[in-house]
Amino acid sequence: MQEFTLTSQLVQYLITGLTIGSIYAMVAIGFNIIYNVTEIINLAQGEFVMLGGLIMVFLHVAAGLPLFLAFFMTVILVVLVGMLLDRLAIRPIRQPSVLTLIIATIAASIIIKGIAMFIWGKDPFDLPAFSGREPIQLMGAVIQPQYFWVGGFLIVVVVLLTLFFEKTIIGKAMSACADNPDAASLVGINVKHMILLSFCLSAAIGAVAGITVTPIALMEYDRGAMLAVKGFGAVVLGGLGSFPGAILGGLIMGTIESFGAGLVHSGYKDAFALIVLLAVLFFKPSGLLGSIEISKIKKF
Amino acid sequence: MPKKFVLIATVFLLCMGVVIAPALADSYKVGAVFSVTGRASFLGDPEKKTAVMLADEINKAGGINGKKLELIVYDDEGDATKTNLAVKKLISQDKVCVVIGPSLSGNSLAVVPLAEQLKTPLISAAASYKIVTDDAGKQRYWVFKVPQSDSMAVEAIYNHMKKKGIKKIAIISGTTGFGKSGQSELVRLAPQYGIEIIANESYGPKDTDMTAQLTKIKGTSPEAIVNWSIGPTQVTVLRNYRDLGMTSIPFYQSHGFGSKKNIELAAGAAEGVYTPLGACATPEALPADHPQKKVAMGYNQSYTAMYNEPVSTFGGHAWDSLSLAVDALKAVGCDRAKIRDYLENKKGFVGQHGVFNFSPNDHNGLVWQDAFNMIVVKNGDWAMAD
Amino acid sequence: MLRIRIFPIVIFAVIIIFFPLIARIIPGIGNYPDLMVFAGIYCLITIGLSLLMGYAGQISLGQAAFFGIGAYVSGILTATYGLNPWLCMVFGMIIAALVAVIVGVPSLKLHGHYLAMATLAFGIIVFIIFNEEVEWTGGPDGLIGIPVLSVFGFQFDTLEKYYYLVWFFVFAVFIFTINLIQSRSGRALRAIHASEAASNAMGINVSRFKIMVFVYSAILAALAGSLYAHYLNFINPATFDLFFSIKLLIMIALGGMHEIWGAIIGAFLITFLSFEWLHFFEEFEVIVYGFILLVVTIFLPHGLVGIPHIIKDWLRR
Repeated sequence: MQEFTLTSQLVQYLITGLTIGSIYAMVAIGFNIIYNVTEIINLAQGEFVMLGGLIMVFLHVAAGLPLFLAFFMTVILVVLVGMLLDRLAIRPIRQPSVLTLIIATIAASIIIKGIAMFIWGKDPFDLPAFSGREPIQLMGAVIQPQYFWVGGFLIVVVVLLTLFFEKTIIGKAMSACADNPDAASLVGINVKHMILLSFCLSAAIGAVAGITVTPIALMEYDRGAMLAVKGFGAVVLGGLGSFPGAILGGLIMGTIESFGAGLVHSGYKDAFALIVLLAVLFFKPSGLLGSIEISKIKKF
Repeated sequence: MPKKFVLIATVFLLCMGVVIAPALADSYKVGAVFSVTGRASFLGDPEKKTAVMLADEINKAGGINGKKLELIVYDDEGDATKTNLAVKKLISQDKVCVVIGPSLSGNSLAVVPLAEQLKTPLISAAASYKIVTDDAGKQRYWVFKVPQSDSMAVEAIYNHMKKKGIKKIAIISGTTGFGKSGQSELVRLAPQYGIEIIANESYGPKDTDMTAQLTKIKGTSPEAIVNWSIGPTQVTVLRNYRDLGMTSIPFYQSHGFGSKKNIELAAGAAEGVYTPLGACATPEALPADHPQKKVAMGYNQSYTAMYNEPVSTFGGHAWDSLSLAVDALKAVGCDRAKIRDYLENKKGFVGQHGVFNFSPNDHNGLVWQDAFNMIVVKNGDWAMAD
Repeated sequence: MLRIRIFPIVIFAVIIIFFPLIARIIPGIGNYPDLMVFAGIYCLITIGLSLLMGYAGQISLGQAAFFGIGAYVSGILTATYGLNPWLCMVFGMIIAALVAVIVGVPSLKLHGHYLAMATLAFGIIVFIIFNEEVEWTGGPDGLIGIPVLSVFGFQFDTLEKYYYLVWFFVFAVFIFTINLIQSRSGRALRAIHASEAASNAMGINVSRFKIMVFVYSAILAALAGSLYAHYLNFINPATFDLFFSIKLLIMIALGGMHEIWGAIIGAFLITFLSFEWLHFFEEFEVIVYGFILLVVTIFLPHGLVGIPHIIKDWLRR
């Protein structure tokens, strides 16, 4: 076997870190969209990823639908779940306090997970890679084509969302809600619809993450919780509510995990990312790209 | 108003949980604790299914000496607190004759003192040798276990490596009880076989990617790799191993790999991989005169017919523990002390994971040569390795 | 909530004292005292957490770590080194307090979700340490051989004895905490929860109070951990994971955050739900649990402790 140099190893760690980081980034973006409009941290965000993967398996593998169609339908179905989440778990709450809403999303994630366990069982499932499994060589390191799909979709999501928020009327309305819901409703924006839309968008992004990562890492009914925790970490690291912060936070967390596992001690790799997170928070309490004013205005 | 109704209805439903279940007169009660849901569901789910299936079969065939076998199964969800509560309830409230399970070593260790205190035989479905052996090296009086110890799986692997002249290996394991137990046995037994461990990496049970750890291993150029984990990670490791182009290095999985589903999920990356497996995982590959062939084939056929999924090697532990319990009940009836004595002296019991020979010095009853066969994956199926 | 109402406490004490005797007579609830031991242990943690969240307005998603620190300090020092269990218990509380100060001082400057994430991160890091340092903690397979507690030769080795021991501690802590809330410090806490800016203006050292409450909650959790360890005589890291921290949060939310009674009610409810009442549903247990959570969150935003108020309002109509 050819010699596997340190440079190649480092490149490999970077590639893995960026790929896993892209998944965290997508989860983080989903968190942020809902947070911006509602101040809620949706701890069921990870379940959207899980559902995206498992529903795609059902449609594409079990039912045999072609990739494109199955992808599209999966996203739609997960968006429906997101809508149900808003309608049944969030909207009925009369006196929303931050804690109540957090508990409601936790309850929702428990229910979704339970139903997933009932439908799919406890086993992991696989998806065929979108463009095959022939690895690509780069400086002695190896890249799976599926990694490009993950990173690619992250870029697509970011571009589409930016266009949405800046160029379309609905997008601008949502941003208005994020800044000041009272003023927004005075101007005629239906805040409840914006909230629903935010859940739909988050669900869609989560589903995309789940579909693209399953060919790499398989998917099973209880993967959601850990993803939600790491996505939340990425959000806080980058700064709550900051869109570029979510991407940065996700990629940094993934990379630290990867390098920590490879260069230091793999048993503690999750701890490294979290320690860095804590260090950042202690020096810059509103995250890397977050702003202090916003963090103080938002209550609790 | 409708909201209040929903509330009252929910409370009412809850109160139903307090309703006393009518006790079945004239039956033998066996209690079982398995981790059916939660982080160890890959153990407890097939175990519960196997136990329920077996109890059904026994009752359909007339029960135990004419009396019905009543199997009471509690799910400890992988939580030691629940295991403790469940075992106490089974022994004190449900008054079972014998307890089988738990699924996890940690949880078993949590209830071993209870078995001793409440003087009830416990047949654990978990692997750690500490379950049956106390700190002084003596066998615990009331506790037995049916799974092979991890050391036996390790010895099977190391023996195979010695035959192939492998000296420098890399090990990678999960940070769960299963993974860490395997890791410590691999480290402990390596010097005895002249093997040097040049890399020792780990990953979490819900991790999605092990490329970093494998990259580090690749850099050390080992002669073989051993992976010790269960769940999807043992498949992900294989896929990463193939993606990194490391397939020229022989790869050994733990005995946790023993389900055909894993071969499928590996999408071709499992070809040529070695794993030590108990007979029940590979019934077709066994030679016709193998002592376990009949029970292994029978179990496989009934399980796949009833549940429409391949057998999991862990379900075999439930088969072994329940069958032993039933065997004892048949012989001595529901007397906890007599059951214990019977089990301690049982010889030649043909189970799914070996032929058991219990004794006062051995409450596990297995030696690795019987308990494990070295298997290799060939053409997407199990085959005896050479 | 502002004055100590002695009457409910006395009634509660009487019920607790006589419950094991009642349970032996009524069929079907024979194992309830067993569950009550755990409910009591959890009450110790929730009382502290309720003070932290309800009165000081701080969130902690890492209480399981302090529970674990108490358990492991007690466990390791008694099982491996054979030291006096009561001393170890105190030592565990001291260590938890120190850790709370180290973590709390930088963290409590954070707000809202940032604080939640910081405590969450802290909890996970401690869990990873418990899991990885196999030589000290026994790793995932856990630590066995933790001895029973004893006082002058009287061993707390049966269910009944431990039941009374735990509930003795719970009542002691409960009464002490209520006294705390009634005191000047308690009023300062409530002022802080209402408005930090105003409290600062009035000369209350907000940061110091927040840290003190955090430390207090850590000490109680550590005490609970030690009691847990000496009861089960075995501990493993899985008991002290993120899900347990979340479970504690649920206990507080369901019971009611703004009253100490809420902590007791919440601990009881969740203990009985997750260990007993939902067994009936077997495979669906988890879904039912989620639904109950959702229902209580939607219909009872102030937790179960708010039910008497709801009934009073309803009767008035």
